[in-house]
Amino acid sequence: MTQSKLTEKVPTSNSEPAYSGATARTDNWWVEPLLVAIVFTAFGIYATYRAFENQYYEFGPYLSPFYSPNMKEFFPDLPFSAALLILPFPLAFRATCYYYRKAYYRSYFAHPPGCAVTWFKRKGYTGEFDFPFNLQNLHRYAFYFAVPIVLILWYDALKTLWYDGGLHLSVLTLVMLANCALLSGYTFGCHACRHLVGGHLDSFSCPENKHSYKKWQRVTALNEKHQEWAWTSLISVAITDIYIRMACTNPSLAFQLF
Amino acid sequence: MPEASTRTATLKVYRGDREKGEFKTYKVPVEAGMVVLDAIHYIQQNFDPELAVRWNCKAAKCGSCSGEVNGMPSLMCKTRMDKFRPDEEIMVQPIKTFPIIKDLVTDVSWNYEVNKRITPFTPAEDANWTFYQEDIDRVQEFRKCIECFLCQNVCHVLRDHDRKDTFMGPRFMVRTAGLEMHPLDEADRLKFLKEEGHIGYCNITKCCTEVCPEDIHITDNAIIPLKERVVDEFYDPIGKFIRGVLGVDKKKAKK
Amino acid sequence: MSQYEIKEHDVLVIGAGGAGLRAAIEASSLGVNVGLVCKSLLGKAHTVMAEGGVAAALANVDAQDGWQTHFRDTMNGGKMLNNWRMAQLHAQEAPERVKELERWGAVFDRTKDGKILQRAFGGHTWKRLCHVGDRTGLEMIRTLQDRGVHQGIEVYMECTITKLFKDGDRICGAFGYYREDGRYILFKAKAIVLATGGVGKSFTVTSNSWEYTGDGHALAYDTGADLIDMEFVQFHPTGMVWPPGVRGILVTEGVRGEGGILRNSLGERFMFKYLPEATKNDYAANEEEAIKWTNAAVAGEKTDARRPPELSTRDNVARAIYTEVKEGRGSPHGGVFLDISYQDSERVKKKLPSMYHQFKDLADVDITAGPMEVGPTMHYIMGGVRVEADTCMTRVPGLFAAGECSGGMHGANRLGGNSLSDLIVFGQRAGAGAASYVKNLTGHPEIDKGQIEEAIEEMEAPFKRSEGVNPYDVAKELNKVMSTYVGIFREEGDLKTGVAKLEELKEMAKKAKATGSKSYNPGWHLCRDLHNMMICSEAIARSALSRKESRGAHSRLDYPNTEAEWSTCNTAVERSEGGMKLEHTPLPEMPSELKELFKKKEPSHA
Repeated sequence: MTQSKLTEKVPTSNSEPAYSGATARTDNWWVEPLLVAIVFTAFGIYATYRAFENQYYEFGPYLSPFYSPNMKEFFPDLPFSAALLILPFPLAFRATCYYYRKAYYRSYFAHPPGCAVTWFKRKGYTGEFDFPFNLQNLHRYAFYFAVPIVLILWYDALKTLWYDGGLHLSVLTLVMLANCALLSGYTFGCHACRHLVGGHLDSFSCPENKHSYKKWQRVTALNEKHQEWAWTSLISVAITDIYIRMACTNPSLAFQLF
Repeated sequence: MPEASTRTATLKVYRGDREKGEFKTYKVPVEAGMVVLDAIHYIQQNFDPELAVRWNCKAAKCGSCSGEVNGMPSLMCKTRMDKFRPDEEIMVQPIKTFPIIKDLVTDVSWNYEVNKRITPFTPAEDANWTFYQEDIDRVQEFRKCIECFLCQNVCHVLRDHDRKDTFMGPRFMVRTAGLEMHPLDEADRLKFLKEEGHIGYCNITKCCTEVCPEDIHITDNAIIPLKERVVDEFYDPIGKFIRGVLGVDKKKAKK
Repeated sequence: MSQYEIKEHDVLVIGAGGAGLRAAIEASSLGVNVGLVCKSLLGKAHTVMAEGGVAAALANVDAQDGWQTHFRDTMNGGKMLNNWRMAQLHAQEAPERVKELERWGAVFDRTKDGKILQRAFGGHTWKRLCHVGDRTGLEMIRTLQDRGVHQGIEVYMECTITKLFKDGDRICGAFGYYREDGRYILFKAKAIVLATGGVGKSFTVTSNSWEYTGDGHALAYDTGADLIDMEFVQFHPTGMVWPPGVRGILVTEGVRGEGGILRNSLGERFMFKYLPEATKNDYAANEEEAIKWTNAAVAGEKTDARRPPELSTRDNVARAIYTEVKEGRGSPHGGVFLDISYQDSERVKKKLPSMYHQFKDLADVDITAGPMEVGPTMHYIMGGVRVEADTCMTRVPGLFAAGECSGGMHGANRLGGNSLSDLIVFGQRAGAGAASYVKNLTGHPEIDKGQIEEAIEEMEAPFKRSEGVNPYDVAKELNKVMSTYVGIFREEGDLKTGVAKLEELKEMAKKAKATGSKSYNPGWHLCRDLHNMMICSEAIARSALSRKESRGAHSRLDYPNTEAEWSTCNTAVERSEGGMKLEHTPLPEMPSELKELFKKKEPSHA
């Protein structure tokens, strides 16, 4: 590929003798990417297993987030696990998420494994400019799909409060509500969302933009903790699913309060 | 207050140029509140007046004394000696990404050349110069930049993969963001960002933000919002079409 | 003989801080070819250290303000020793220069109605300082830098000028070296603008960086220009005093502008005691009134309360702190307490972000939780190269000066915020002056070959000395002499000792030795800088000795009063065969319509 150069002179980075080895860092920089890799991998294995398991995801009014919305209601004869129709959407949202990109580029791709740590020197590196990584630019579309999913999960959680003509509350319901809250914090603090509600504007003060500015401020407040939302909501989804899976075989674990 | 400490620290400082050089070891007495730059000055004044280091303000305001201390890109005037264990050897290197001139001094002129490529501030002829704090909060964050080039240094696209031929680096995305988000600027730098500055090379691994001594949220507040603007223009034809139909044009929103 | 590179420009600007950049931009926009030399990288000049703001009577916050009041404040602050014409031009043109910065992309803090916000500062009657948090200088230099690079100005970074050349009496060029590899460079230039800043490195405790070795002062002096008012050295009242490594680093006056309170170790708000009779009525009479003013300022409301005493002029506050410490009421590290922590911590972080980080990172002090320790630090020199007010030309044809290295504008004491405005007002005028001089120049001044060789020899000499002294030792000794004998309070005996010691040091400096290669060799650079530091130090000491009165920043213990007979003359020094020649020259007389401004005593708060 021929590209016009930015500058006439193109300097190169230093190497020996001032620099040798991958890094001169003496702290435990590798702990964080390693932990991230372990948790991601564990989640990935569990989610895949659950996606194919195709049972223990529903009892009474309770439905696992991995299987929501309940596709079996629309396609009773589905020859494979309904989760396979659903999981691609949250997966796409998280895979293209600006925070997760940082995390897995570091942990899985080691580009870079840590700051000021060199494992790879690649001539012609183009990052997210070329295929397939330029697909990351479609993050906002993943966001468009993630929004209805969050709304459906709220519906799933709220509907466990009212069934059989009466008001009920269980520990499992509380867990599901907490999960929805965390997922909402994650979804509506998304960088693409921040851009769409107001980040694209250059002036916040002109009257027609006042409303957008308010929304942008709210999304920004969530966005500042996007990493924390990403982790807590990932773990809460897993916990909610594990809990429902266990409660499917032993409904008393739902700890019905009333 | 621990003022009477008389410990000595051991510094290993790179002495040499790009091709030849070695790490020399110096013992420096540590005073309360001392920073790495103080130790370097001590060496200069007492052992070795030739030791080259670039510095000006010694108060983290000018961004001259960028280096790498125990492998971590940092301003030497802001790296306190008391953060190291008493027995720890402190290794001081010049920044890696730009060619060493001598010792701790590197040739950062490439950055000044890249800067020239950015379309400068372009207000309308008839601009009304009334604008409000909420319009410029974002821009003011970017203008805190002291051009220490630590973000340029740590960015793996420039540091490891040496894409100085076609990638502008975080510093200049910060500058561009400050111009693009200025309420009165009329120029359009998105095509430049995509096709010449190659914002797409950035894989948002956030090291620039981690090392920024001015605490600018480079990735979240400058690069990602610019990436989203580039998406608006080049990667989201459906969105662009809808905005066209609805008549929500960016330039009009600028007022 | 060593080789050198040759460059040719119509106008060569030396120094790329606010004044140098503004001069270069102006000259270049007038169509002449401009070169800009800076000792550091572009954008690192001392202007980035300026924090509080740029003074301009825009009247955005206090509608009563106008250039006349700014002019009067400046003259009063300078104890009437200012060049009236410079003070007038400065007050009149600062608003336009500030607005121009905004049109070039500077982003000042805003008022509620969308204009440039202004804050209070010592000695300014009204809220007058346009600012960007506490990093106004950075905003200014970045704006000018970005404007300049897109205008085709050629920039020579990390290049030091050591000599100016004349053809007859006219400027014709300059000689210098690149710090990077020590190679020499010769500039052929029809006009030269000096914008090299100050002389702080002659003192031990200073807010100034290594660059401040008085290069412009010395270059002008060596080339035949005269220096005036060199006895007036401003000690900023609030520098950091602890830890030792940061002693002297500036704590912006903005802290006091935002309501910061000074207390001694007994907890007394001592500034009430130190207000001079003449201006006492402009300040709050008691703590209650001061608090009322601060509360109104924080809320952005109008008030009839008068300013807190901490906002007295810098010379006065510096002396007060010095006295408190000397009399045993200082803080543990030899300063006093400056407290802003009683205000909402988010507001403090927003209004004074760099101060917050500076103390947090460098001293482990959280200024939103407790007081800072501060003490006087050498900050600025009012004296400098004498220039003609309208064009900034020195008495050497083709040699111009602007900013801190020029003299006259600030008289005996500079008001905070008047420096940044000085840079852009006189930077612009010097640029215009130089461009117009070049356009009207007849003939081509030529550089004499012999002079070039002399300049080269001078630079080579430190390497040739087998016996010699470490230049750092000389610098340290110089700092000690200046701080001990020519400090905040002065008296005849000390000053005489100081002058005598400087004579000894001058000899020592000539023996300063450099070792190693020419590549980025700070020891070698210092050998040459010492020459400049010596000239400035001697000028300061001799001028201080000659002025037998106290005025503004010049405080004589043996002559404690301000005397009318000294109010009509400047101290001027120039180079002569027998060494430094000193004389007292008459102050330009103010026209009567300006004198009128000082007659009617308006109440300062309507």
